[in-house]
Amino acid sequence: MFRKYASLYFCCAIEDQDNELITLEIIQRYVELLDKYFGSVCELDIIFNFEKAYFILDEFLLGGEVQETSKKNVLKKLKSLEET
Amino acid sequence: MPAVSKGDGMRGLAVFISDIRNCKSKEAEVKRINKELANIRSKFKGDKALDGYSKKKYVCKLLFIFLLGHDIDFGHMEAVNLLSSNKYTEKQIGYLFISVLVNSTSELIRLINNGVKNDLTSRNPTFMCLALHCIANVGSREMGEAFAADIPRILVAGDSMDSVKQSAALCLLRLYKASPDLVPMGEWTARVVHLLNDQHMGVVTAAVSLITCLCKKNPDDFKTCVSLAVSRLSRIVSSASTDLQDYTYYFVPAPWLSVKLLRLLQCYAPPEDAAVKGRLVECLETVLNKAQEPPKSKKVQHSNAKNAVLFETISLIIHYDSEPNLLVRACNQLGQFLQHRETNLRYLALESMCTLASSEFSHEAVKTHIDTVINALKTERDVSVRQRAADLLYAMCDRSNAKQIVSEMLRYLETADYAIREEIVLKVAILAEKYAVDYSWYVDTILNLIRIAGDYVSEEVWYRVLQIVTNRDDVQGYAAKTVFEALQAPACHENMVKVGGYILGEFGNLIAGDPRSSPPVQFSLLHSKFHLCSVATRALLLSTYIKFINLFPETKATIQAVLRAGSQLRNADVELQQRAVEYLTLSSIASTDVLATVLEEMPPFPERESSILAKLKRKKGPGAAGTLDDGRREPGPGGDVNGGMEPAPSSGSTPSPSADLLGLRAAPAPTATPAPTGAGSLLVDVFSDSPTGGPPSLGPTPEEAFLSELEPPAPESPMALSADQAPAADTAAEDPGVPIPEADELLNKFVCKNNGVLFENALLQIGVKSEFRQNLGRMYLFYGNKTSVQFQNFCPTVSHPGDLQTQLVVQTKRVPGQVDGGAQVQQVLNIECLRDFLTPPLLTVRFRYGGAAQALTLKLPVTINKFFQPTEMAAQDFFQRWKQLSLPQQEAQKIFQANHPMDSEVTKAKLLGFGSALLDNVDPNPENYVGAGIVQTKALQVGCLLRLEPNAQAQMYRLTLRTSKESVSRHLCELLAEQF
Repeated sequence: MFRKYASLYFCCAIEDQDNELITLEIIQRYVELLDKYFGSVCELDIIFNFEKAYFILDEFLLGGEVQETSKKNVLKKLKSLEET
Repeated sequence: MPAVSKGDGMRGLAVFISDIRNCKSKEAEVKRINKELANIRSKFKGDKALDGYSKKKYVCKLLFIFLLGHDIDFGHMEAVNLLSSNKYTEKQIGYLFISVLVNSTSELIRLINNGVKNDLTSRNPTFMCLALHCIANVGSREMGEAFAADIPRILVAGDSMDSVKQSAALCLLRLYKASPDLVPMGEWTARVVHLLNDQHMGVVTAAVSLITCLCKKNPDDFKTCVSLAVSRLSRIVSSASTDLQDYTYYFVPAPWLSVKLLRLLQCYAPPEDAAVKGRLVECLETVLNKAQEPPKSKKVQHSNAKNAVLFETISLIIHYDSEPNLLVRACNQLGQFLQHRETNLRYLALESMCTLASSEFSHEAVKTHIDTVINALKTERDVSVRQRAADLLYAMCDRSNAKQIVSEMLRYLETADYAIREEIVLKVAILAEKYAVDYSWYVDTILNLIRIAGDYVSEEVWYRVLQIVTNRDDVQGYAAKTVFEALQAPACHENMVKVGGYILGEFGNLIAGDPRSSPPVQFSLLHSKFHLCSVATRALLLSTYIKFINLFPETKATIQAVLRAGSQLRNADVELQQRAVEYLTLSSIASTDVLATVLEEMPPFPERESSILAKLKRKKGPGAAGTLDDGRREPGPGGDVNGGMEPAPSSGSTPSPSADLLGLRAAPAPTATPAPTGAGSLLVDVFSDSPTGGPPSLGPTPEEAFLSELEPPAPESPMALSADQAPAADTAAEDPGVPIPEADELLNKFVCKNNGVLFENALLQIGVKSEFRQNLGRMYLFYGNKTSVQFQNFCPTVSHPGDLQTQLVVQTKRVPGQVDGGAQVQQVLNIECLRDFLTPPLLTVRFRYGGAAQALTLKLPVTINKFFQPTEMAAQDFFQRWKQLSLPQQEAQKIFQANHPMDSEVTKAKLLGFGSALLDNVDPNPENYVGAGIVQTKALQVGCLLRLEPNAQAQMYRLTLRTSKESVSRHLCELLAEQF
């Protein structure tokens, strides 16, 4: 499954039985998280802060499954970690 | 620059990334990277200890270089060091490096596991989460071994933070998927199920994935999750769009969690508890109702999330396949999507409908959308959507719409994408066969397939049409006429030539009456294609030609001329050459009768699974063709295509053992003599020795029918047998000679078996294959010349010494007088047992080898027990009969030493091979063997009972035979005693 944002493609490998539409929205939610975190995310944010993109992904998806879908909760956690 | 990178940003990293981005060429980039690597290496090796920040920065640079596609062979130790940092951001980079770069075989694994362990037990939720993420991302067996036992505890501990629980659940899931054996089941599993009730939606979201996976492996242990999942789902589905706050996604309440819960429920059958079930049905109805409501947002996120839940709901409804109302509603909903402007929805609707089509409740509802689906097949712009439409048409096909669907698919085939043509061809071929009411339609359809997409018609497809035409005589004439017409097209596909050639070769006579398709016309039409065809097709056509010689003698001269042409007889291809030579010779030397026998119409093919269906399954994987054969549909005509075509069972088929006892010889005949009643009279009958005990009339009993069937069909033909019934006439001139010394030993080997090598020396090998039925037998002898020199005057004969002439008839076919070096000739013997006999017939083989006359006499492995019919009976019957055969001369007994190891399985096999039934639970001593049977001869039957008592200690046996005839008892006893 893939979704295109400006010039960026976000791809997600899924299994035969997986729900396609909800996967599209997984991609959407991840982009929203990036957007909220960086504040109007652009390609450069992801390149210069690639490690952050990983950390955000780890909070949202783990082991191939959705861990936390609430934007607020994910961002709150990321913020609290950075203050540690 | 984004705000976040100000605080903890690593300036050096940003500069490095900028440099890389500014590189004008690949070479410049590599140069910059090598410079950086050298720099980092020197820092790591330098005497000055690096601070945490520098270490983090350099490790991060290495990571970036790795992500650009370069190998990184150092820095691992520094990354591991970062794990023990107290600064969160440093630790985080260490973990990231390890998750991305370290493989499970690394020797650092012990050090890494140490770091992970420290964080897991730190009670610092932030650090614990990092450790859990690392384990989940690496997911290796080593990590499983180290931590699988700890994580369940963290997951269900009362004091674990919600975020830790979430990570622990998914971490455990990852380990369980990778190595289920490492995750100990236990008390925690019950508590995991209750996480479905957790107040924190994030915890539920994570836990559901774990529970679903556990349920799939141990459904019974997790049954309680069904009602919990239903109530959770119900609360979500019925909530107002704002109730769930941040878990509402574009006005859809908790779509991810809903989908996961619906997935979990698909691990189980519908809930048995009526209340739970009612609540669930209500949920499903609510979802279906909401689909009809106007959208709360025009955004695609809203409709995607809403429809994701809807499709998962429909999947659950299909999975249950028990609520007709819901199934039909689901189908109607999907029907709406079929015309939706979103391609994704049309695709998914077609896909879901495929499964609905196989439910008996919704099959009819699916069928109402046929026009829309046909339209999709014609107009969809995306090939993958067209493919789904073709799948759905295939799935919704039944007898009522087969003609329409097949004709639409055929029309589509003309313009179909090359990638899916073969699959469409297979589907059309299957549907046409399965739903054919009149087979002329089937034949037309397959020929159309060949015409439209000949290149994609695989062997399976055209083999199949030949099988069906061969097996159905009502369509043969039509098929012949149609292929004849199809072949008249100036350019027809080679597969058409194959089908046409085969069908005309078999059934061309059915249209030969019409002058427009007279035999010469048929032949010249086929032959006009010959030179353009491949070797395989030409080989097939040569067979058609020889069949024509038989069907239409008037074409013989023309066809022989074709076969005789240099281009055939000396063809470079050995197969074509051989066919031409053999067919020419066959047509020249064989009489019309032989030709008619050899070239007879092909017998019906045995029915088995359509090879096309098997091919489609292979192509699409299980489930693709499965919708058609899951047994729900009415049995299509596919089953009876050949249903009535099975070759009739041979008239000599063995009646069941009980019928044997009751009906005696007449048992298989419909006009069975009335069976005697009462055990006593039965016994008298069975064991009677008097001629009147046999069937009163020796008219055309089934046995004789069997025998005549065994006889060669055309005695006047040159290859016919010499009726050997008066053997003296044939063999009197020559003395059969004395059997070779080993003859008895060789014979003994065949008492309990029918096939094997009878004799072998340096020159000759004689193999035997035989079968016996009632008082008849057929034996094949195979004479193999082991030398490289031809045997001349080769003449095997069978003789009947002494009284045997009146007891046994053996008819032999002559064999050729020469046997080439290395060649094998076969001889068929038909055997009829007239009366019980004691000595076997003799086989004498005479031939000349290199000028010297050779002669060899063997005993033919035909012994009285070959005509044994096994008889099953209960203990009571056995003992009753045993007592009735109590005259001293009726019993024969031998006590003898075991010559072979006393293995019970071998013994059983021998007794069964001897011909008797083995009766269990008759002898009070389970070590003993008890058997019963009837020796069948033309004149009489002799009932036999036997008992074999092994004494393992003494390595001895006692064998007792009781039959109604003294000589038979003795002889059987002697024969059998030699076997152990």
